[in-house]
Amino acid sequence: MSTSSEHVAHHFPDLETQAHAARLGMWLFLATEILLFAGLFTAYALYRMLFPSAFAGASGLIDTRMGALNTVVLITSSLTVALAYHFSRQGRGRAAAALLLATIALAGVFLVVKYVEYAHHIGAGHLPGRYYRYPALDVPGAAMFFTLYFLMTGLHGIHVVAGMGVLAWLAAGAWRGSYGGEYSTPLELGGMYWHLVDLVWIFLFPLLYLI
Amino acid sequence: MAPRGGAWSWLTTRDHKRIGIMYLVLTSAMLALGGFYAMAIRMELLTPGPTVMEAQTYNRMFTLHGVIMILLFMIPAIPGIFTNFFLPLMIGARDVAFPRLNLFSVYLYLAGALIAVYGMIQGGADTGWTFYTPYSTTTVTKVWPILLGGFTLGMASIVTGLNFIVTVHTLRAPGLTWMRLPLFVWSSYATSVIQVLATPVLGITLLLVAVENVFGFGVFDPARGGDPVLFQHLFWFYSHPAVYIMVLPAMGVVSEVLQAFARRNVFGYKAVAFSSLGIAFVGFFTWGHHLFTSGQSAVDAGIFGVLTMFVGVFTAIKVFNWTATLYRGSISFQTPFAYAIAFIFFVVFGGMTGVALATVALDVHWQDTYFVVAHFHFIMVGGTLTGFLAALHYWWPKMTGRMYSEKWGLVAAVFIFLGFNFTFVPQYLLGNAGMPRRYYSYPERFWALNVASSAGASVLAMGFVIVLAYLLLSLKYGPRAAANPWGSRGYEWMTPTPPPPENFLGQPTYPRPAHDYREAHPGQEGH
Repeated sequence: MSTSSEHVAHHFPDLETQAHAARLGMWLFLATEILLFAGLFTAYALYRMLFPSAFAGASGLIDTRMGALNTVVLITSSLTVALAYHFSRQGRGRAAAALLLATIALAGVFLVVKYVEYAHHIGAGHLPGRYYRYPALDVPGAAMFFTLYFLMTGLHGIHVVAGMGVLAWLAAGAWRGSYGGEYSTPLELGGMYWHLVDLVWIFLFPLLYLI
Repeated sequence: MAPRGGAWSWLTTRDHKRIGIMYLVLTSAMLALGGFYAMAIRMELLTPGPTVMEAQTYNRMFTLHGVIMILLFMIPAIPGIFTNFFLPLMIGARDVAFPRLNLFSVYLYLAGALIAVYGMIQGGADTGWTFYTPYSTTTVTKVWPILLGGFTLGMASIVTGLNFIVTVHTLRAPGLTWMRLPLFVWSSYATSVIQVLATPVLGITLLLVAVENVFGFGVFDPARGGDPVLFQHLFWFYSHPAVYIMVLPAMGVVSEVLQAFARRNVFGYKAVAFSSLGIAFVGFFTWGHHLFTSGQSAVDAGIFGVLTMFVGVFTAIKVFNWTATLYRGSISFQTPFAYAIAFIFFVVFGGMTGVALATVALDVHWQDTYFVVAHFHFIMVGGTLTGFLAALHYWWPKMTGRMYSEKWGLVAAVFIFLGFNFTFVPQYLLGNAGMPRRYYSYPERFWALNVASSAGASVLAMGFVIVLAYLLLSLKYGPRAAANPWGSRGYEWMTPTPPPPENFLGQPTYPRPAHDYREAHPGQEGH
């Protein structure tokens, strides 16, 4: 066994099998995440079909520029997390840690922008279900748009916050030099998760802001 | 399992065998609680009018009965106990792929159970286990803790399934190819696929109902433009495949037990193995048969009806191959075998009524009657319980190191088989005569059959009390079990009893197929 044997759990024959198992497990977990969101996407598709004009009107009430800004922020954060993995594989743990911190900072920017948007909508009465108070767009379906807007971006936001926790833990590990060329699996898995968070947003942005 | 270490070592264990035992204790307790509610229901229905409880109490009883039996017993039981304990033994692995995650699933299960029990103590829900909107979003009963408990139990189920899929892919012993895998592994694998891919949809659906019940967001509320039928689609997208989460593992158990007690290698290995995957696959496209009377178009109903019948085809493939396995077998009619035969009986009759229910015209007559209640109790309760009991008796010696009383085992099997039939055959007749499900009282003309059903339930309960008694007694007084008391050639019997912490004393080898009884294999015992 090479120097990496300390990372191999007792029930795996070698590091390669263990990394393969971890990746497979992560892919399955990501599939469950997509199916979790799928329930909301299904509801969105149905209600968009039932209330096309109300959805178009309500969609006009949210600021496309904010959504576009957040899209750029999240895509950039996907780049930084991918670079962190790249540097970790080269044994440059400090650089990886710095890039992970940059990713966390970008996630923070995303949440701040989201907070500004939420504050505006709450102030204007663009609220879900029975809380909806916006006389200028008083049509059936407008409240449903904001129900779905808050549920979908809210569930996504919870994933962003969870991701920040994961990234912070990985950054600490990378700083201490726990990962390297032979063993960067936790970083790889964390990166996969972060890409999924990004990907969900890439679907939310056009559905909620653009069309 | 040999006692090693104290309570703390159990609470922090990552050994899949101990985790299986913990699931056995927890799910058995839930079976007893769900059975208590079942007996309360049958007690109330002894007479046409009010008997022992208020109508509102009755509504809570059948809700809690369904929630506990489905989410806390039938879905987690066989995967949690027997797949956990035996899948690694069957594939020559030292543990499951993610042992810590495996322990985490036990705690998720426990948390889900506690949240649900909190809801029960707070008065429980009266929605039925199906939580149909808009009633479930407006009821004043404590439905949200039960929904949240269901969400948490769903996470436990996902984690378990994910673990088994990765384990089968990455930890098979050298030389153990997919076409050599024991059939229990195949059916567990198919089950895990459903657990991973269907459960998240239930998770988000239960959360949406809880959010709507507490905050009134209107996703399923027609007054706010919501569509209650959307709930039905999302709910059944999980909850129909969930039937196969319950019954597929039991099918795997039956495949193992029939081979072991007929001393015959299974007839049509590939057909039995792939029909498990077939059921898992087609099960994802049958949910619409729950919506025949919910305004679904005739074309959709027809398509869902035909797709549903494919499940019958795959099940029939299994049944024919099982019976062909018995043909010219050297059968020893012992307790596990008795339950395997009972399984085939229940699944054939429950399955045939299922195919009948999949035809739209008949379903409209039977919709929401006791006929449906009897059908799904036959297929998923009859199937899961007999599969559970077959597994429990077949593997008890390996799990505990003790033999139970064979005589009492068969006596209890007779009680359970007869009790089950006396409980649910009258319900088929009641449903066909028009008695709706979930009603607190009924006309005089349904009295006799209801008394018969309640009497049958008592016999059934008696059977379970006997099982509990002799199994507990066997732990103290039962004779020590040999490594392979049945002379089975299933792979899981190649390890000593109790299995050592890492399952095998050396790297096991697999020169022959599982359950190969064609020639004598000296040295097989205590390998």
